[in-house]
Amino acid sequence: MNATIRVGTSTCGLAAGAEAVLSAIEIYVHRRQLPVKIQRTGCLGACHREPLVEVIIDGSSALYGPVTPERVTPLMDYHFGAGGRGVSRDWVISRRRDKSDYPFLARQLKVTTQLCGIIDPYSLDDYLANGGYQAFREALKMPPERVIEIVTESRLRGRGGAGFPTGRKWEITRKQPRTPKFIICNADEGDPGAFMNRTVIEGDPHRVLEGMLIAAWAIGASKGYIYVRAEYPLAVRALRRAIEQAKEYGVTGRNILGSGMDFEFVIKEGAGAFVCGEETALMHSIEGKRGMPRMRPPYPAEAGLWGYPTNINNVETYASVPSIILNGPSWYANLGTERSGGTKAFSLTGAVNHSGLVEVPMGMTVRELVYDIGGGCKGGRELKAVQLGGPSGGCMPASLLDTRIDYEDLRAIGVIVGSGGIVVVDETTCIVDFARFFLSFTQDESCGKCVPCRVGTRKILNMLTNITRAKAAPADLDRLASLCETVHRTSLCGLGHTAPNPVLTTMRYFKDEYLAHVVDKRCPAGVCTLYGF
Amino acid sequence: MAPQASTLRKHIYQGDPLTAPPPPELAAILDRYRGQPDALITVLEEIQSHYGYLPEQPLRYTARELGFPLSRVYGVATFYNLFHFNPPGRYIVRVCKGTACHVNLSAEILAHLKEKLGINEDQTTPDGLFTLQTVACMGACSLAPVLVINDVTYGRMTPEKAWEALSALRTEAAAASEEERP
Repeated sequence: MNATIRVGTSTCGLAAGAEAVLSAIEIYVHRRQLPVKIQRTGCLGACHREPLVEVIIDGSSALYGPVTPERVTPLMDYHFGAGGRGVSRDWVISRRRDKSDYPFLARQLKVTTQLCGIIDPYSLDDYLANGGYQAFREALKMPPERVIEIVTESRLRGRGGAGFPTGRKWEITRKQPRTPKFIICNADEGDPGAFMNRTVIEGDPHRVLEGMLIAAWAIGASKGYIYVRAEYPLAVRALRRAIEQAKEYGVTGRNILGSGMDFEFVIKEGAGAFVCGEETALMHSIEGKRGMPRMRPPYPAEAGLWGYPTNINNVETYASVPSIILNGPSWYANLGTERSGGTKAFSLTGAVNHSGLVEVPMGMTVRELVYDIGGGCKGGRELKAVQLGGPSGGCMPASLLDTRIDYEDLRAIGVIVGSGGIVVVDETTCIVDFARFFLSFTQDESCGKCVPCRVGTRKILNMLTNITRAKAAPADLDRLASLCETVHRTSLCGLGHTAPNPVLTTMRYFKDEYLAHVVDKRCPAGVCTLYGF
Repeated sequence: MAPQASTLRKHIYQGDPLTAPPPPELAAILDRYRGQPDALITVLEEIQSHYGYLPEQPLRYTARELGFPLSRVYGVATFYNLFHFNPPGRYIVRVCKGTACHVNLSAEILAHLKEKLGINEDQTTPDGLFTLQTVACMGACSLAPVLVINDVTYGRMTPEKAWEALSALRTEAAAASEEERP
């Protein structure tokens, strides 16, 4: 018998109590001397059923969740001992290897997260056994220009939010005459409600390193910085371990695999500033300064870290690259739409039945994502809005749910793909208060360098607060709209530029609710009574 | 205005504290980063993880030993949310106010803890046990609302469950100090 038990021990699993479950399993296995391999893995994405335990015996698999320490003994008895008494059908998530019998997982298409929850993130052998570093070896056999061509053909676009074509960015950096060149991996996932990068790094850190190595080869970079949030201690630990292993394995250092390429990784821990997700602010932070953005141009590709050409991509962008090299650019391009190829990971949260990390092909509609994968609203309540892209994104109403997930399609309705946070909002949330929440966040995180953002976000926040406290007049709505427009147009960096989005989109699609507050002095959702209506 | 200016000066002048070399535990941190101007944030992170916060003296030493103006050290330290200038309590309680937690009513948890502990955000209880903070997002959104105590994440919280968790820690701490007594 060849048996493996996998327990998801990412941050989300641990918070749900995976450690206690794991030790209960270890005790059981140890007591009966079972020939079972126990594996700590990353997160499969089905966070709503954590802690997850997968039992694989001779190629057949069963996935359970939520598993509590009390449920361990009946489960283990069922698989390794006397019968299945005490195992409830409710615990079973899936009985198939490919998980095609659980809609949350069946409708997904996993590329960057394909090994999350499957391999032990601390084991290089696991990664190598699943084709690890093959793509890098392939890439080293090609001239760098060919690698860039492949990435361009794949229609991969920046997954951090702006959606700039990755191949073109690499090409611009490659063509700069100055050396040394740097690459940076932006893992400063500051959007509240987003955890795609955390899942990928905690579950499969080598994939990110491999993507960066391929980028370094294509661009001719000699040093790669990974800027990761200090709020993600497990992710930092996984990366440190992976970098050590990569060094031992010989894919970093001098003259890597005989190619003549020199490369090393450096981890920089962020210190809790949302604005550092902006590329110029991030570079200042790496240089050990206050993380404030600067004017662009010059773009980082021309003058980045310490003035040298620098390529910055998001974790997910780099993590997509190995699969593109292995499977070919047309495979990746055909997964998505005519303008953007491949898949995008989203963290689906809020008032939705099945929250968690989902990866879907570009071009899927938001409705499919929320209903078919997410299982609709909690408690059978009515969906009011879907918020995409965090504090920089916008709110779409239920009537627009058939919009495709695509950079241009979403931008046309005022919403952005953003880094990939999706928050489902039901009728119990007041939309004005929701917009106010995002503004209080951006106001708090504004670095204060430029006036429109420093003063403007505060003024917007004050106006929204007045609306939620029945202190606003109808004319204030026009003032609010024009102020939002000003902040949007005149701010220095992306933070200020996008900060009014939550207000602009909610005013566009939920005008009634704003009017109810300012004209009738009434909050339809009943939330603002908290503030003394 | 004159008395104010004098209190201000009194605050800044504390004799000359830097005639001596830095204490060994601090020197161990600083020595590793000499000649690396980009390491300032990392140095501050290490100082904070050693002392639990950023005390004034070590920051002065950092400026002198690594060759930064003190203004630059404080400029960086005050910019980032992670750094604190007051000693924290034994347990740092952080209530997540990310989007998913907000939608799932984390504000009520914060209000409940504030009331029960009798302190505001970024304050420490007089017994030095709990420091209450908020955090933008811990990335454990599917378990919202989330509470983090030191490095342990508590998912699917309610105001009552949050208070229970704190009470349990208080009992634990009391038992521990009981044992320490002869």
